[in-house]
Amino acid sequence: MDVAVIKYNAGNVQSVLYAMERLGANAILTDDWETIKKSDKVIFPGQGEASTAMKYLKERKLDQLIIALDQPFFGICLGLQLLCEHSEEYDTTCLGVFPIRVKKFPPLEKVPHIGWNNLQHLKSPLLEGLNDSAYVYYVHSYYAEVDPRYTIATTHYINDFSALLHRDNYYAMQAHPEKSSEVGETILTNFLNL
Amino acid sequence: MLTKRIIPCLDVKDGRTVKGVNFIQLRDAGDPVELGRIYAEEGADELVYLDITATVEKRKTLVELVTRVAKTVNIPFTVGGGISNVDDVKALLNAGADKISINSAAVKNPRAVDEMAREFGSQCIVVAIDTKNIDGIDFVHTHGGRKPTVLQTREWAREVTDRGAGEILLTSMDHDGVKNGFANEITADLSALLAIPIIASGGAGKMEHFKEVFTAGKADAALAASIFHFKEIPIPELKKYLEREGLSIRR
Repeated sequence: MDVAVIKYNAGNVQSVLYAMERLGANAILTDDWETIKKSDKVIFPGQGEASTAMKYLKERKLDQLIIALDQPFFGICLGLQLLCEHSEEYDTTCLGVFPIRVKKFPPLEKVPHIGWNNLQHLKSPLLEGLNDSAYVYYVHSYYAEVDPRYTIATTHYINDFSALLHRDNYYAMQAHPEKSSEVGETILTNFLNL
Repeated sequence: MLTKRIIPCLDVKDGRTVKGVNFIQLRDAGDPVELGRIYAEEGADELVYLDITATVEKRKTLVELVTRVAKTVNIPFTVGGGISNVDDVKALLNAGADKISINSAAVKNPRAVDEMAREFGSQCIVVAIDTKNIDGIDFVHTHGGRKPTVLQTREWAREVTDRGAGEILLTSMDHDGVKNGFANEITADLSALLAIPIIASGGAGKMEHFKEVFTAGKADAALAASIFHFKEIPIPELKKYLEREGLSIRR
């Protein structure tokens, strides 16, 4: 199983590679079009700021490649937000795979949302074996709104938001599966088995 | 629901844990990676590795340790101890650390907090504050709590938050090692004052102390070392107890 992890200016990509290694997948960090195209699965990691990340992707035309892929694709954290239509973070136009807007949490509780929170309303083969007592690790200040057409799990913090999204071959998760203990490993394993 | 976090802290010197540990299931009780893996399996929500190595080779050994931890452990971990500049932070984050914590270096050069937060994002910058009460006033201390500063704890916590800290790790030197409970009052003050999570440290002796620091102390996370290392309080039991007491805890 060859997994391409898209190389761009995102932080802590190493953890995603190590998680893949632990699950026995052959993951490579790459920004090469051909390598990404012919891999079995693609992971789009992320940590950082939306506008800088989009600028970087556009400069390397990775934005065009990402939306044209047809193998199972998994966006993580900022990767989820970049797959949406628009982010309030520096008013950034994103990739538009999901026609969903990304908003900043209102300061009604501590922001960023840091720590373990549970998944709710789970519905997807990606989440097989899990229920609403599944906790995942979050670190984020922006969230994707809930859209019943694409949201396959929600989490509640200040308000309900999209914990995971799915459309065609595109999957995305706001929390960090690579840091979410057995629950994260279940989700990554389910993704590898798609 | 967002849960309260339980965080074991491991002191490391030259790549080995220094405080004694008596985990019988460990092949190598001095191996910080193996110990971290066991804690993760037991349900720890995060780990903190505090490096107290004082040699020129320090950064190299620490980067090696972080790489090994990141390969093995499937929960978030923070690394602290002697980190002073953006290059240190970059090396540790690239090796796989989720967050770094700075303490004395922030006091010496507060702008380092701004620089680190701007370069890597607030979410991975933890500012550790050692506090001690002198004649009724809480002052920041450095060098493992030995050196007093003129900074008052509440003001300093607000300043580092404004400069971009993502979390505060508050250790009360008055409570540390005494096992008489956390410093709930100042922890609650900081939690109310600041819009970022507060990790309380110092004073855990009984399971009740964790309940108190999460309720009266309003802490977002609680950190302890020896009581976990010596199995005085096993993490699974602690989490069951806190859940029974009505706190939001990750199962």
